[in-house]
Amino acid sequence: MNALLPLPVLLPMLGAAASIVGSRWATLQRVVGIVVLAAVAVLACVLLVATDRQGTIVAELGGWDAPVGIALVADRLSALLLLVSTLVTLAVLVYAIDQRIADYGRATASTTFHPMYLMLCAGVSLAYLTGDLFTLFVAFEVMLTASYVLITRRTGANRIRASMTYVTVSLLSSLLFLTAVALVYAATGTVNLADLAGRVDELPTGLQTVLGMMLLVVFGIKAAIVPMHFWLPDSYPNAPGPVAALFAGLLTKVSFYALLRTQTLLFPRDEPWTLMLVLSVATMLVGVLGALAQNDLNRLLSFLLVSHIGFLLYGLAVFDPAGLSGAALYAAHHITVLATLFLVSGLITRRTGTVALDRMGGLLRTSPGLAVLFAIPALTLAGVPPTAGFVAKLALLQAGAGSGPAEQAVAGVVILASLLTLYALVRVWVQVFWGEPQPAVPDADPTDEVLVGTARTSVPMYAATAGLIAASLGIAVFAGPLASMTERAGVDLLDREPYRIAVLGEVP
Amino acid sequence: MTVNLVMAATVGVLYATGITLLLSRSLMRVLIGVVVLGHGTNLLLQLAGGPPGRPPILGGVPPEEFTDPLPQALALTAIVITFALTTFLLALGYRSYVLVGHDEVQDDVEDRRIARQKAPTAPLENGDDDGEPDAAERTADEVEAEARGSAR
Repeated sequence: MNALLPLPVLLPMLGAAASIVGSRWATLQRVVGIVVLAAVAVLACVLLVATDRQGTIVAELGGWDAPVGIALVADRLSALLLLVSTLVTLAVLVYAIDQRIADYGRATASTTFHPMYLMLCAGVSLAYLTGDLFTLFVAFEVMLTASYVLITRRTGANRIRASMTYVTVSLLSSLLFLTAVALVYAATGTVNLADLAGRVDELPTGLQTVLGMMLLVVFGIKAAIVPMHFWLPDSYPNAPGPVAALFAGLLTKVSFYALLRTQTLLFPRDEPWTLMLVLSVATMLVGVLGALAQNDLNRLLSFLLVSHIGFLLYGLAVFDPAGLSGAALYAAHHITVLATLFLVSGLITRRTGTVALDRMGGLLRTSPGLAVLFAIPALTLAGVPPTAGFVAKLALLQAGAGSGPAEQAVAGVVILASLLTLYALVRVWVQVFWGEPQPAVPDADPTDEVLVGTARTSVPMYAATAGLIAASLGIAVFAGPLASMTERAGVDLLDREPYRIAVLGEVP
Repeated sequence: MTVNLVMAATVGVLYATGITLLLSRSLMRVLIGVVVLGHGTNLLLQLAGGPPGRPPILGGVPPEEFTDPLPQALALTAIVITFALTTFLLALGYRSYVLVGHDEVQDDVEDRRIARQKAPTAPLENGDDDGEPDAAERTADEVEAEARGSAR
């Protein structure tokens, strides 16, 4: 079983190499991308079943034993998130391929898109599976470097500023991450997470706090936690539709996963985490209030994305098995629903030619199918029963209710933020789908990657979006088994021993 | 673990210089800032390995005298990554130069629009909030761009 563990990283990397070599044959690139991601999805499925049955799976790369060599570790949480992420990347890839075919015909392909897309997937898989702090840094670099290329490729003069903000902020956080790795190594003499779990405990409390806060800032920037979120609503809306969906679905959640993993493993605590509770409230409220002020559909969705990172933080702040279980369930839901909403926004923009809400209208009459595709994920994000959002929020609220008075008070903020989310999305609904149909706005810059107002869409684009909605509904349908599995994952995260024993053998 | 004071001071200076440069507008300075900051980080990684020692090859010297090879491996990886990012930033700066005529990070259009509003009298639904500069804003931006161009 552990021989399978490197494959979710290796396959996309080899696929990326194959698609660089075969960049002249468009069909080859497309087939390679879809086959590789489908294979990774199957692998993730196998890993999820295996980890749930047998417990944590470890692969030691190069045959070096764990504290020295690099270990890949899959437990319930990482296998679940790997599966959900891969399904999302697969759907977004299908959407992107068909958008390209709709715009430029079947014959041509882009040299950079497919290799970079697959490299980003490899980075995401590595970040989920690594059991080593430095390899986590490398995984983030692989993922982010691919994302730099994806966000800046074929960019026009109007979009280059936003890309620069994104690249510069990400670079700064990466260098901070490297600094944190150096300090952790200087303090403990190891970068293996399982080994660190024991050694950080022996450090003085002050030093522990410094290291914990540095990692919090690093992952906080990457996960867009308020007040380190400012770059996200600025840069994501400027990316082409499928790329924005990919980023919105994956990047912030991978960072949240890294935050969850490092904080539970290295800095365990017995009681709820007050600082994280404050950050969670700030993120939920600033995000959703920012969304209410927007007139640009993609910016609005980006602010909602930030707001819902706060829900994840709430689960982490409660810091008990129920809270972590809720956070894991919410992360799975968040990945699918945000990617779906950005894909739908891409479909809407191709019809209206603008992202400005006050220049759209009447889409319910002209394309009712689109209305259905928007309504389901919107209700899911707001957490209306019986959607996946409701299930995930219920898990978080139950965890909060069983905790201290401060957590119970913040549960009220969770409900408030959900209602405001619903309000923001209802506003979008009224402006975009009701009213008189508006004429499409012509494309301002037809040379750049973002072709709008062409209304050229194909059935697979709708099918990919509908597939993601089906995945999201699947989370709601299988909520029972999923929740009991994330609960076991939450117990494992807090216990730490299964992880350490699996990686290091007998813990001294 | 003790650290050489000179090395510690060097790391501090590199970090300070790097972050100062990162805060400037020109992408070229940002690029140099990233390079300098990257050097600081790599030096820090080296220092994290402890005092220098003998080459870590089994058989020659007793293992107690070995230098720690792991931070060197980490620094090597980090150097390669910083190198790749530097080339990417160079390409991005050049792209910006080709597209916009300079490599400076421009103001956010929306930020500027909000800053220009003395008081939020106009409700957002009626206001121009389409993320694109309208005619009046564009003129103001162009005037500013011209002023910047003539100042050079």
